[in-house]
Amino acid sequence: MDNYCLKLNKISKSFGVKVLDDIDFALRKGEIHALVGGNGAGKSTLMKIMTGVYSKDSGTIEVNGHEVDIHNVENAQNHGIAMIFQELSLIQTMTISENIFLGREIMKNGFRNTKKMNEETSFILNKMGLDLNPEITVEHLSVGNQQMVEIAKALSKNAKILVLDEPTASLTDNETQKLFEIMHSLKTEGVSMIYISHRMNEIFKIADSVSVLRDGKLVFESIIQETSIEEIILHMLGSTSDVNLLNWQERSYSSDEVMLQVIDLSINDQITNINFDVKKGEILGLAGLMGSGRTEIVETIFGIRKKLNGTVLLNGENLEINCSADAVKAGIALIPEDRRRQGLVLIHTLKDNILLPNIKAYEHNGWINENQAVNATQAKIDEFNIIAKSMFYPINLLSGGNQQKAVIAKWMDINPKVLMLDEPTAGIDIGAKEEIINIVRNYADQGNSVIFISSELSELLAICDRILVLHDGVISENILRKEILKEEELQYAIQVS
Amino acid sequence: MQSKLVNKKHAKPIPFDKLMVYIIFVIVFVFFSILLEPKGFLNITNLLNILRQTAVISIMAVGGTFVMASGQIDLTVGAVAAMSSVFSALVLQKNGSIILSVLAGICFGTFVGLINGLLVTKLRLPAFLATLGVMQLVRGSAMKITDTSAIPIDNDTFTYIFGAGSVGSIPILVFWTMLIYLIGAYIFYKSSFGRHVLATGGNRLSAEYSGIKTEKVLIISFIISGLLAGLGGVLYAGRLSAGRFSYGDGDEMSVIAAVVLGGTAMSGGTGAILGSLVGSLLMGIINNALILANLSSAEQMMIRGAIIVVSVAVSNLTQKIQKAA
Repeated sequence: MDNYCLKLNKISKSFGVKVLDDIDFALRKGEIHALVGGNGAGKSTLMKIMTGVYSKDSGTIEVNGHEVDIHNVENAQNHGIAMIFQELSLIQTMTISENIFLGREIMKNGFRNTKKMNEETSFILNKMGLDLNPEITVEHLSVGNQQMVEIAKALSKNAKILVLDEPTASLTDNETQKLFEIMHSLKTEGVSMIYISHRMNEIFKIADSVSVLRDGKLVFESIIQETSIEEIILHMLGSTSDVNLLNWQERSYSSDEVMLQVIDLSINDQITNINFDVKKGEILGLAGLMGSGRTEIVETIFGIRKKLNGTVLLNGENLEINCSADAVKAGIALIPEDRRRQGLVLIHTLKDNILLPNIKAYEHNGWINENQAVNATQAKIDEFNIIAKSMFYPINLLSGGNQQKAVIAKWMDINPKVLMLDEPTAGIDIGAKEEIINIVRNYADQGNSVIFISSELSELLAICDRILVLHDGVISENILRKEILKEEELQYAIQVS
Repeated sequence: MQSKLVNKKHAKPIPFDKLMVYIIFVIVFVFFSILLEPKGFLNITNLLNILRQTAVISIMAVGGTFVMASGQIDLTVGAVAAMSSVFSALVLQKNGSIILSVLAGICFGTFVGLINGLLVTKLRLPAFLATLGVMQLVRGSAMKITDTSAIPIDNDTFTYIFGAGSVGSIPILVFWTMLIYLIGAYIFYKSSFGRHVLATGGNRLSAEYSGIKTEKVLIISFIISGLLAGLGGVLYAGRLSAGRFSYGDGDEMSVIAAVVLGGTAMSGGTGAILGSLVGSLLMGIINNALILANLSSAEQMMIRGAIIVVSVAVSNLTQKIQKAA
């Protein structure tokens, strides 16, 4: 018998349709096991069954060789299984130690024993190599440190099996490094981890083994040394798709005419004197670490942020943009970084979301023409291949990739001349990623301009004609795609500058 | 890749949150019809009376729907109605012009709505606190300028058009209600402004990122609410032939109850104009039935409260069951 701490045998689950089909999954003691698969492949459902959020239809779960029943989150915790959620579940206004002991406060004579809880929190944090004051309120921590606190919380409950769902999605490279160090040290202490991620490079850096889910089935499993990125992607996509997505494709449109020109733009103390331009039909990449000013620059052009000074010209004409409505009117669109909070109204239908920026176009003499609105929505759904039950269902039922396509669709309806995308492929599966990249390519080929922000350098290299590297609010490099031979060069430019 | 599951038939989910008020209304109505049949609950005069008594709340609930669908709350409507009734009565007394008198009432309401909107957007006060303060300010002012006495109105044309009159046997207030609901439903369902209100209430950040001027949307929503509260005050003055500081006491709560019963979420982003009318009528028949049943006012108040709690609870439970299914 191998040294398994967790075994899932023949797990099935259906919500009307079969989401999980006879899944066998095993986790060794002290290993980091990567779990990959497209959106809707069943990863989250499988993890939610393990952690007691959903109940399985059939199959068995063994922890340390004993079959167990997991009906709710508490059961799972008692068996040492804990999940670190993508959306952090900490209470922002409470301190680190209050969060860690939430719901199981240490009491003394009927009062909370703050001192004891702070001590124990410090002990756990120190063990993880974190130098944080347990009495800081969580809202003052960086996202990276919040994630660490979340892990500390799980460890404080004696978790032996951690499920990490896209933990690095909102971390800087340094924070990611730190997280990996902590994961390594947890591993040596016998903690096992299931690591869900879309980032192949990270998987190869940190994981010991990998499993691929596709359409509710476990299609591939391997020790990490015995496989390759190409092989994993192949299994994720199935046999039909090709893996050429991230290869550079020659662009058909090129022009020397400047579409958008940014002159001496200053946003705050740090981001000052930004100068650049985007040509017609050009895809301009903005590379840089988080906090380098990428998001701030596009949000300022879009009118969400106020500029200190500087000018923005569109087709040579001065743009006076004081709010996002002005930008929209000028033909500038922004696909924001956080699709759930900024991009969509989650409780509203797919149709209402798609039509939102351009609803006035369907209003004649004060009446919205419902037929026209429905047809326009259907056209967008078809054009961008948005997979949904019906346009009249709330958009929060859609998968991340389809939600993101809806955000793009809603902006394409205004026919923008300048499209700015801020991390448009974060956290979505590779199939949807490919579709989005193709949408952007086609759109630029029609003579429109694109500003594309991404932390995934391979993606920037695949799609951009030119890349600006930002460093602490300063443009440090302006490189033509042709001049970059390898991803490492760009990585180096971003890190050092 | 996945196969395409787009349903060309455009299936729509059943909006139980919006339908619940109609079901509850029918149940309550049938219940009282049987129970209070001997007391004359079903008499045409009684039913018309209910419509007349609920008219002002119903009209203010249109404004309430806009404000609450945009994620805000307006506690000033009762006080505004009181002050508007006083202004209308005063102008009528001093000047005699019906048009000026009505304008005075409506403009005052619009003005308060504007102030509320500015406090909430420009000064970023929470709507609950801003309108709580303005409510007391307005009602206090109404008390002060009238010295707590009523301003009588003896203009028959005014009282006929704005309250006491009827066309055939239908009270004129019913026509006012219908008119406001037609306009309200059109703006809410058929204009782009209605979509902007819902988007702002559903996710203000996302609306902002979609190029919607959310501050403007909120200010206009408060203005609609204020304007209709002003109209409500004019109608109080017409129905009761006087302007008085005490009119509309507690109306803000009735309006909120009617709007929430009608299927508008207090958190914003979803709303139903006609639901608010049914919600208002539902409370109207409950009030009426309790009086017919000869209950003391203390008992009436207790039962009214209990019915509101039960209705909203039933509505929430159905939604939960629906979601779990």
